[in-house]
Order: sequence, then structure tokens, then C-alpha cells
Amino acid sequence: MSAALQQADPMDVRPFRIEKIRKELSDVFTMELVPEGGGSFAFKPGQFNMIYSFGAGEVPISISGDPADPSKLIHTIRRVGAATEAIGNLSEGMAVGIRGPFGNPWPVEEVFGSDLVILAGGLGLAPLRPAIYMALAHRQRFGKVVLLYGSRSPSEILFPKELEKWRGRFDTKVRVTVDRAEPGWSGHVGVVTKLVKGAGFDPLHTVAFVCGPEIMMRYGIQALEDSGIDRTGIYVSMERNMKCGIGLCGHCQWGAPFVCKDGPVFRFDEVADAFKVREL
Amino acid sequence: MVQVDNLGRILEEHPFAQGLDPALKDVMIGCAANERFEAGQFLFREGGEAKKFYLVRSGVVAVEVHAPGRQALTVETIDDGGVLGWSWLVAPYKWTFDARAQTLVRALSFDATCLMRKMESDPVLGYQVMKRFVPVMAHRLHAARMQMFDLYGPAKKG
Ligand SMILES: Cc1cc2nc3c(=O)[nH]c(=O)nc-3n(C[C@H](O)[C@H](O)[C@H](O)COP(=O)(O)OP(=O)(O)OC[C@H]3O[C@@H](n4cnc5c(N)ncnc54)[C@H](O)[C@@H]3O)c2cc1C
Ligand code: FES
Repeated sequence: MSAALQQADPMDVRPFRIEKIRKELSDVFTMELVPEGGGSFAFKPGQFNMIYSFGAGEVPISISGDPADPSKLIHTIRRVGAATEAIGNLSEGMAVGIRGPFGNPWPVEEVFGSDLVILAGGLGLAPLRPAIYMALAHRQRFGKVVLLYGSRSPSEILFPKELEKWRGRFDTKVRVTVDRAEPGWSGHVGVVTKLVKGAGFDPLHTVAFVCGPEIMMRYGIQALEDSGIDRTGIYVSMERNMKCGIGLCGHCQWGAPFVCKDGPVFRFDEVADAFKVREL
Repeated sequence: MVQVDNLGRILEEHPFAQGLDPALKDVMIGCAANERFEAGQFLFREGGEAKKFYLVRSGVVAVEVHAPGRQALTVETIDDGGVLGWSWLVAPYKWTFDARAQTLVRALSFDATCLMRKMESDPVLGYQVMKRFVPVMAHRLHAARMQMFDLYGPAKKG
């Protein structure tokens, strides 16, 4: 992490200026932030920040930018309630408070040498994007790289231009499917789990990163296991309500682990039991 | 003969035939034809007699529903390695959807009357074919349920 911005106290909130806002979908936007007073912000793929909007509280949001470019801090956010609405109503030039980065990252470097399957649903592509950037920057260190993405409809596909760009590479397989087609859509229709079959990876030497709504992850993991990938090779990113973000308050406890410090990225075999419990 | 050999090779490459006894493959090949559909061409239409099923070798087939005054709605796509059509197994043997080639499609088609006759007289073949169709149907049902569930909607936490 940049020495200038290394956080001495994880409870310290640092001001960041909103440099750019981009509308991604009707209720999803991306913010580019820069630290007030300059500096950079290093992070690992899969980590999150607590974003504080003055007067509306603090929320955990994954970083969706490129870990190789610490000059910009990028977050992609869906408006779902008070805090995310308040952040979404801010304009370029205004400020937010940031604490972080926190959490256990996607183990991109640790899995060099394997085939890599990235299975994302809906907004789940945002927390995975830094891992995709990193994997593609080290493309030669992997066998096959496969990105499988499912969305409710074509107009709700996140980052469509980047998906197209990644698909245009000769060394990466990108498959996108939607649940409901719209006129003009000529791609796949059907659930994302269907993309796993025929994705062409070697299940015995494959690691999968999975992120999306929990129900989608549950079925996604099942499809990956059915294809022959061992659960020790499957990683998931979890979301739970958070307050401190650093393992102190117990708000994010999920069975034994704390999502903020033991996660949000977990190896599936370590949390498989908690996954089965309906209301945890 | 050459053509039958080719069809045999094509069938062998398709996931449907995995683990199928070679003798049964030969029996099936007797009812098979190699087909090609240009993008936009219909493989079959809703209400038509379901006289065939298809093993898709390459390309994308859109399974569509049509309603008067509305654009066709694609409910599913089937691509390389997929199985298309089970109405030939279920009375009244009519297609319940349209199937349209979304890209150039190459498929192995099977004449249902021919295959059904062989299945009736050879229960082992009948069992092997049904054994392969039941999971296809179960997966489709499961997928349809998941589509209804809205997998990507945000969770509601109380
Ligand atoms: C580690 C982590 C990373 C996250 N990354 C992102 C991200 O990159 N982008 C993003 O938009 N959100 C992300 N979230 C979710 C985000 O934190 C919540 O959406 C936010 O806290 C909601 O706060 P709110 O005040 O706007 O809404 P609230 O008033 O708290 O909730 C409004 C509605 O949204 C629902 N809701 C709340 N939290 C979630 C959730 N986690 N998932 C789905 N529905 C929820 C509530 O049940 C309620 O129905 C992440 C959460 C965690 C724990
Ligand atoms: S958010 Fe406080 S312990 Fe995790």
C-alpha cells in the first residue's frame, strides 16, 4: 500500500473527491475517487472499503477498479437504500469518506498455473473485475481463462463494453447469458449455470471465483461441483451487514467466521456448512 | 456406407452418446441424418408434428414463444453439445415452441418414428435413450424454475 496513504488507524475516515461518475444501469453507477490532497490507493482484488456519505452513514462496497492502477479508486454501486441512494445523489467534485481497504482478497497469484473460471451474476461482476484485470495482466500464468456471466436481461448487463473487449481476446473465453431476452438480443438465453457445461476447462486443474446474489452462487457452485471441480478449488465472495469492517463489532458474523476480516472471499469448503443454513 | 460411418463419428463426438454401447449407436445411426440450418431458418414450429429430435453439433438455436401482436420471446438457447426437442416422446407429439437457428447450425437429426419403432422392439435401446432424455428434461425444468426465481435480484433482508 502507498506509504502516504497507509491507514494508521482503520477507524480513521479519509476524504476522497469524486472525480467522475458514470451511470452503468438504471440503478447502478460507478464512481472514480481520488484522495483529497493527492496520493494513491493500493488494494488487492476482492477487497472492499467502508464508504461514508456525510449524514447518511457508512456502507461496505467492493473495489471494482484495476489493482495495477492505484491512482484511482473505483467503486460500482447499486442504489438499494438510504446510504447507497445518498452516495448516488452526490455529484462530481463532492467528497466521500473512505476506510479501507479491508478483507481477504481473491487469491489470483496463489492460483497461477491452473485454469481459471470466473462465474459472475448481476452486480457480482463488480467485485470480480479487479481479479479479471489482474488475471488478464498475467494471462500467460494461467491455463484456460473462462468468464461466465449471467444477467437478468440484456439491458442489465454490467460493463458490456469490457465484456466485449475481453471476448475479443484470443486467449479468453467469455460467455454471457440472460434470463429474459429482449428484441435484438442474439446471445444466449438461460440460467448462468448452463454456461458451465461446455466451458472447456480441465476440472482437475481449475480454480473458480464466484460472485453474485447468494441464490445464484448456490446454484453456480453446484454446477461447478457437478462439472468436477473440487470445492477446495472454489472461492466465493460473501456479503453481510457491516459496521466496523475490522472484526470488532460482530455485525458481520456468519457462523464462526466474520465476513469483514475472514472474508469477504472464502474458500468454499471452509464455509459450505454456513452456506446451507437459510437464515444466517 | 461412407455416410453412415461419418454419422457414426459425428454421433460419437456428441455428449449425448457418451457411454452408449457401439452396437446401439449403430442402431440409432440408422434413423439419423446430418442437417444444416442457416441463421433465421426454423428447425420446427409450435403446433407442428414432432417427428424428430436434434443433437446440436455447432451453432445456437433459439427456443421461442410467439404471441399475436408481440415479438418472439426467446426462452432458451441451445448450443454445441445440446439436445433439442422431446415432444416426440410425449403425446400428443406436437412441438410446444418454435426453434429457430440464431446462427448457422449443424445438427444430427433423428427420425422419431424410426427410432421409436426400434426402441419399442429393443428395450435396452429404449432405456438408454430415455436415460439420456430424462436428465435433459430435469435440467430444463430446474433451469425454468431458476429463471422464474430471478437469481440476480437483490436480496431482501427483512
Ligand atoms: C463486503 C461487501 C461488499 C459489497 N460490495 C458492494 C458493491 O460493490 N456494490 C454494491 O452496490 N453493494 C455492495 N455491497 C452491498 C452494500 O453494502 C449494501 O447494498 C448497502 O450496505 C446497503 O445500504 P443502504 O443503506 O443503501 O440500504 P439499506 O437501507 O441498508 O437496505 C435497503 C435494501 O437493500 C437490501 N440490502 C442491504 N444490503 C444488501 C446487500 N448486501 N445485498 C443485497 N441487498 C441488500 C436491504 O435488505 C433492503 O431491502 C457489499 C456488501 C458487502 C458486505
Ligand atoms: S463488521 Fe464489525 S466484525 Fe465485521
